[in-house]
Amino acid sequence: MKILVCISSVPDTTTKINFTPDNKSLLTQGVQFIINPYDEIALTRALELTEKEGGKVTVITVGDHSTEPVIRKALAVGANDAIRVDAVPRDAFFTASQIAKAATENNYDLILCGHESIDYNGARIPSMVAEMLRIPSVTICKKLTIEGKVLTAEREIEGGKEVVECPLPAVVSASEGMAAPRIPNMRGIMSARTKPLAVTQAVDVPKLSEVIGYDKPQPRSTVQLIPADQPEKLIELLHTQARVI
Amino acid sequence: MSVLVYVEHSEGKIKKSSFEATTYGKDLSVMLNLPCVAVAIGNISAEELKLLGAYGASKVVHCNSPELSSFSAQSYAGAVASVAAEEKAKVVLLSASFSVKGMAPRVAVKLQAGFADGVISMADVSSGFKVRKGAFSGKAFANISMYSDIKVITISPNSYKILKGEGSAEVVINSYKPGAEENKVKVKETIRATDKISLPEAEIVVSAGRGMKGPENWGMIEDLAASLGAALACSKPVADAGWRPHSEHVGQTGVTISPNLYIAIGISGAIQHLAGVSSSKTIVVINKDPEAPFFKAADFGIVGDALEIVPKLTDAVKRFKAAH
Ligand SMILES: Cc1cc2nc3c(=O)[nH]c(=O)nc-3n(C[C@H](O)[C@H](O)[C@H](O)COP(=O)(O)OP(=O)(O)OC[C@H]3O[C@@H](n4cnc5c(N)ncnc54)[C@H](O)[C@@H]3O)c2cc1C
Ligand SMILES: Nc1ncnc2c1ncn2[C@@H]1O[C@H](COP(=O)(O)O)[C@@H](O)[C@H]1O
Repeated sequence: MKILVCISSVPDTTTKINFTPDNKSLLTQGVQFIINPYDEIALTRALELTEKEGGKVTVITVGDHSTEPVIRKALAVGANDAIRVDAVPRDAFFTASQIAKAATENNYDLILCGHESIDYNGARIPSMVAEMLRIPSVTICKKLTIEGKVLTAEREIEGGKEVVECPLPAVVSASEGMAAPRIPNMRGIMSARTKPLAVTQAVDVPKLSEVIGYDKPQPRSTVQLIPADQPEKLIELLHTQARVI
Repeated sequence: MSVLVYVEHSEGKIKKSSFEATTYGKDLSVMLNLPCVAVAIGNISAEELKLLGAYGASKVVHCNSPELSSFSAQSYAGAVASVAAEEKAKVVLLSASFSVKGMAPRVAVKLQAGFADGVISMADVSSGFKVRKGAFSGKAFANISMYSDIKVITISPNSYKILKGEGSAEVVINSYKPGAEENKVKVKETIRATDKISLPEAEIVVSAGRGMKGPENWGMIEDLAASLGAALACSKPVADAGWRPHSEHVGQTGVTISPNLYIAIGISGAIQHLAGVSSSKTIVVINKDPEAPFFKAADFGIVGDALEIVPKLTDAVKRFKAAH
């Protein structure tokens, strides 16, 4: 079984976010980049599946050379090889087009993504890639098993969950619970240095949208404390001041 | 030409989030000087669909072929894209539910349209087409300019005020049938907790963390939620420990929500938790530690023991509801 895992390099949630003076891009100085947490889950599940059934796990990222530490981390965790499409992602359509192209060239049985990236929180890439490849997709999955050429997944729906079955090839996006992320061991870290990392050129696609500026939310005004023995005071404020009940 | 709104329903009833999307669609269509058309898929009555007229849809296209009776991202996206082409939609609008998150990007690819997800306010059409959404897990907003002729946007639930007027929409049947290759995902089992309020759409969310000590203390949290008509949520460690199901876990690795009111009980307010809840309109924090970081992100707070405060708060809510 050949699995492609899409990974994106994102700022660690705990780091402070600042933007360039024109507010058009993230100021990356001093920002710690990590594998998107959901992608780490997807990668771990891919490794578990190939360890059981045999096969190979390739990771792909669309990004410039600054994303290589994150790719090496994925290799250290256990991926067999990696592809880096050398471009700064412009919009989701651009990123998905690059992944779809690589997928077409290599015939994967399964493409595993994270449910969403924690930088843009879009949940766009997995479904776009599936549509470009004209294959089925199951998103926001908490469980994934594969039997022969059929996958079974548990996906989240409003107020519950759904168990679905779908033939391969397919795209699956991973959510919390599909696997517990692994920490690379020393042997993994050593071998990651020599695992193949192919750098490919991006295909050109039309620019359909772009971020023209970022801004930060207004800080909340300081908290109004209500004495613990006057809960009715809170209810009153929620009614008259916040107007939420 | 038109503005097309995708309408979701559950057990025969149109979802509130779809009334919200229809109101948004209508207001946008007025600015663009286009009619607002809705599209619904699957088993739902014409009577129910006519209700969309009161929210501004002039027409509802109903795709009701049996092949579309259960959700599949691929076939539903096919139906919406097909109706969008027939109605010459300039903008396709959807409310960002779990299912929509899996189908809207497909609609965009099919229509070669620019895509923006989780939009939080009305589009700016004064020059070009600009939308605004959250980014970096609640730490920033991104303003996006869309250049494509057709645009697909999903709106974040609870971000636009529903406006109900008068009127009834005309319902027309569309016979779109997905191809066999578009219908490969088969639903084997649906596990639904029907009596529960869906978390991403809820207007009020009551959430609790490790400060509750153990699952045996969740009864009072459920009582408070019931008194407010709120959905339940929890912090990650609570779900990890199996005190509550993972579907209730909010935050960076859980569900992202933006209710009108978020009540956090016994939750410290770690950045990964805030990432999923910081766009809530009003935040109330109940914590025994006055130094808990959550108080910095809160509008109202009570310092004290949740086990004592929560039952009293529930009584206060009940008294309030009885009086209003
Ligand atoms: C990659 C990553 C992703 C993560 N994703 C998430 C996520 O999505 N969601 C999430 O929630 N967390 C997430 N976390 C975990 C997060 O960092 C915190 O550990 C977690 O949110 C803490 O949960 P808590 O507030 O319930 O527990 P604690 O941090 O233990 O806080 C308990 C709070 O309860 C208070 N308390 C104790 N007793 C009482 C009482 N009797 N009455 C009132 N208050 C009381 C305490 O003062 C304390 O503030 C993530 C962490 C990592 C590393
Ligand atoms: N630049 C990228 N390179 C490779 N995969 C990506 C990239 N961006 C996003 N993805 C994948 O798509 C998923 C959803 O991302 P998003 O659509 O940005 O929320 C992520 O969890 C990754 O698996």
